[in-house]
Amino acid sequence: MKWNETNYPRIGETVLRTTLPNGLTVAVVPKPLYRKRYAFFTTRYGGMDMRFRLDGVWHDTPAGIAHYLEHKMFDTEDGNALQVLSQNGAEPNAFTSNATTAYYFDCTEHFEDNLKILLSFVSVPYFTQESVDKERGIIGQEIRMVEDTPDWRVYTNLLECLYHSSPARVAIAGTVESIAEITPETLYACHKAFYDPANMMLCVVGDVKPDEIAAIAEEILPNSRGKAIERDYGQEDMRVVEKCRREAMEVSMPQFLVGFKCPPAADGAALMRQDIIADIACDILLGDSSPLYQRLYDKGLINGSFGGGFDQLPGIAYLYAGGDSNEPETVVRAILDEAQRLAREGVDEAFYQQLRRASFGSTLRALNSFENIAVSVADGAFRGFDPFRFPEVYDSVTRADVEAFLRESIVEERSALSILIPKKEGASQ
Amino acid sequence: MEPLRKELAEGVFLTYVPAAKFKTGVLGAQLITPLEESTVAAGALLPAVLRRGTTAHRDMRSIAAELDRLYGASIAYTVRKKGENQCLGFVGSFLDERYVPGGEQLLEPMADLLGELLLDPLTRNGRFLSDYVESEKENLIDAIESILNDKRDYADARLLQEMCRGERYGIDRLGTVEGVERLTNQTLYRYYSELLATARIELFYCGSADCARVEGALDRALAALPRERVAEPAVAERVGAPETVREITETMDVTQAKLAMGYRAASEDTSALLLANLIFGGYSNSKLFLNVREKLSLCYYASSGYHRSKGIITVSSGIEAQNYEVARREIAAQLEAVQNGDFEPWELEGARSCMLSSLRSREDSAGRLEEYYLGQAATGLWEDTDALIAQLEAVTPERVAEAARSIRLDTVYFLTGKEGAAQ
Repeated sequence: MKWNETNYPRIGETVLRTTLPNGLTVAVVPKPLYRKRYAFFTTRYGGMDMRFRLDGVWHDTPAGIAHYLEHKMFDTEDGNALQVLSQNGAEPNAFTSNATTAYYFDCTEHFEDNLKILLSFVSVPYFTQESVDKERGIIGQEIRMVEDTPDWRVYTNLLECLYHSSPARVAIAGTVESIAEITPETLYACHKAFYDPANMMLCVVGDVKPDEIAAIAEEILPNSRGKAIERDYGQEDMRVVEKCRREAMEVSMPQFLVGFKCPPAADGAALMRQDIIADIACDILLGDSSPLYQRLYDKGLINGSFGGGFDQLPGIAYLYAGGDSNEPETVVRAILDEAQRLAREGVDEAFYQQLRRASFGSTLRALNSFENIAVSVADGAFRGFDPFRFPEVYDSVTRADVEAFLRESIVEERSALSILIPKKEGASQ
Repeated sequence: MEPLRKELAEGVFLTYVPAAKFKTGVLGAQLITPLEESTVAAGALLPAVLRRGTTAHRDMRSIAAELDRLYGASIAYTVRKKGENQCLGFVGSFLDERYVPGGEQLLEPMADLLGELLLDPLTRNGRFLSDYVESEKENLIDAIESILNDKRDYADARLLQEMCRGERYGIDRLGTVEGVERLTNQTLYRYYSELLATARIELFYCGSADCARVEGALDRALAALPRERVAEPAVAERVGAPETVREITETMDVTQAKLAMGYRAASEDTSALLLANLIFGGYSNSKLFLNVREKLSLCYYASSGYHRSKGIITVSSGIEAQNYEVARREIAAQLEAVQNGDFEPWELEGARSCMLSSLRSREDSAGRLEEYYLGQAATGLWEDTDALIAQLEAVTPERVAEAARSIRLDTVYFLTGKEGAAQ
C-alpha cells in the first residue's frame, strides 16, 4: 500500500493517508507511546442530508433517518455488535451529527479483531420489520426526553428563527411524527447510497501497522465504488426569519441564546481560517477574560453559565452566545454595543495577542483526545482542508481579520434571539 | 522512567509521573482531610472562594488573563470524596513546553499561580472578601440543590447516607444546604488557616519536565506554607451488614421510581470481588444489564458499583413503581447466581478483559492518573498496577463465587411517586 506521510513538527503529530481502490479514505495517526488504540469509521451523512440527488432523481427522506440508521446498524444477523465488542474489552459507541455519522471504539487488546467487527457491522445492514418497529418506541422516547431539555429547546428555537430553508432547522433525531414514516426499505436505500466506501473515512489512532489496517479494510468492505451524491441544503441569505421567540418552560430562571448569521466559507482552507478568526473574535467579544464578561458578571446580568462559540454546518455558519439571565435583552444589547465599539475603536493589540495565544494553546491541548484527533482528520478529509495546519493559520490571521469579522457579523440585522421563560407557579399540570 | 513519590515538607507529598506523550502538563495540589459533618461544607466552599481572587490577581478576569498568557492554560477547582476523606484544591493543565513557540517556560508560572491561589487569597482585615464568600455560598447551595433535580444521583446519594449513617462515608462531599448557610466569613477563614497548617497535602505532576525542576518550582511557590502538627487522612472503616435489612421508602413527584440497594462485601479477595461486581452489574455485558434490563425490560437502567476502599457494593436502578417487588427479587436473583457460580466462561472473560483494558489504558490519560494517585494517597491503599493485572489474570470462577458469597444486603432505598406510595 502506498501511503502519503505528513509530519507536523509544530504539534508533534504525523499522519499517514491513502485511498483504497474502492474509494475509502484511510488515515493512520501513529501513537507509539500509548497502550490504547482507537478506530473511527465515519460516513459523510448526517441529520441535514434529507434531500439528495442520486442517478438524476431527487429524493426526500424523513427527518431523523440518519440517526435512526445509526441505532439500527449495531444489529447483526447473529445478535448485537455492541455486546461482541464489549466482550472483547473494547468500548464501542456511535453518534450522528448534522453532517456525519460515526462509529468508534478504543481498546488495548485484540485491536485487529475489533476493527473487523466494526467495519463489518457498519457495512452490512441487517434490518427486519420487527426490529425497525421496536426501535421506533425507543427513539421516540429519546426524542421526547430531549425535547424536554431546556438546552435543546432554546437551541432549536434559535435555528428556526435564523433559517428559512436550511435543514438545520430540523432536529437531528427528527420528530415522533417524522420517524413514523421510516421503514426497513428506506433504511436499506439510505445505507446503500451513503455507506459507500467512497463516501466514508476510516481513521485509526494508535500504535498499529498501517498496511494491516488497509488490508483489513480491503478484506471486509465492498470493492465497488458508488456514485457521487448531490445534496440540497437550501438557500439562505443573511436575513433572519424571526427576531425573537419566547417559550415558557420548567426552568428556574430565564435562559437565552442569541445567534448571528454569518456567510458560510467554501470548503477547503478557507473553512479552517474562518473558524479560527471567529473563535478569537468570540473570545475577544465575550470570553471570560473580556471586559464585557466581567462587566455583565459584576452587574449580576450573567453567571458562570454564560458562553459562546461558532458553528459551521453544511451551507450555513453562525456565532452564538447565551446562558441564564434575568434580563436577556439587556445582555444582547450589551453584546451588540461592545461589538460596535470594537469595530469602531479597534481591538487592543496586547489583548488580541493574549487571546490568539490562548486560542492556539487550547486547540493544541485538545489533541490529547484520540476522538478529537479522529473527528478533525475526518472533517478535514470530507471538507478539503488539513486540520493539523492550524499553527500556520494562527500565524497568518491578523487583528484586522478579527475586527472585520466583528464589524460584518455581529450586527442587529443578522441576529435572532431565543428565550425560555419560567412557567408560572402552578401553571403546569 | 517510573513515577516517584517524595515528601517535600512535613505532610506535603509530591507524586511525579514522567510522560512525554501528552500535549499537556498537569499540576495539582490537594488538601486531604477526614470527612466530618461539622467541616464538610466549609471544605467544599473553600476552593470556590480561593479561585475568586489573589493578592496579585484580584478578580477572576485577572486570573483568566494570566491563564490566557500561559497559552490557554486552565485551573479547575475540585472537591472530591476519596474513601472517607474530602479532597479539595486545584488541578491545572497547560501546554507542554515542547509546543510553546519560542520555548517559553510555563511550569514555573503555573506553579506560582497554584501557590497564590492556595496561600495568598485576596483578604480584607484578615478575612476573605465578603462578596466572594456570599456569592460562592449561593453557588454551592445551587450545586447541592441541583442534585435533587437528578433523581438518579439523588437516590444513590440517599442510599449511602442511610446505609452509612454514623460513618464518615455517609457524608456528602459538598455538605448540606443548612451547613453552607451556617458558614460565616470568620469560620471559613479560621478553617482555611487550620487546613493549611494541618491537612495532608498531595501535589501531583504529570508531564515532560524533569523531577528536580518540578520540585524547585513547587518549593518556591509553596515556600510560605505554614506546617504544624499534620493530621493523617482517615482510613476507611469496614462495617458488616446489620441482622435485618434497613428499608427506606420516600415519595417525591417523580414519574420513574428509583430503587437503590447497598451491600457490604467482607471478602479480602479484591481481584475476585472486582470481577464479581462486573459480572453482576458493572458493565454493558453484566447480568443486570443483559437480564434485568434487556431481557426482562424491568429497569430503564440497572448497574452496580464497587466502592473498594470501603468494601461496599451499590446497585442503582430506575423502574416503574408497581414493579418494585419483582425488580428487587430479580436483582437479588442475579447476585445469587454469581454467588452460586452460575455464570458462563464468556461472562468471566468479558469482565476480565473489561477490567484489564481499563487498567492498561489508565497510563494514557494524565487526568485518570491524577485521580488514581490521589485515591491511593487518600485511602492509603497502595497497589501495583502490574501486580493487580497479574492477580486478575489468575482469578478462577470458584474464587469469584466465593468472594461474592461474602456480599450481604444492608440497605434498600426506594424513591417512588406520590401515587405509588398510596398503594
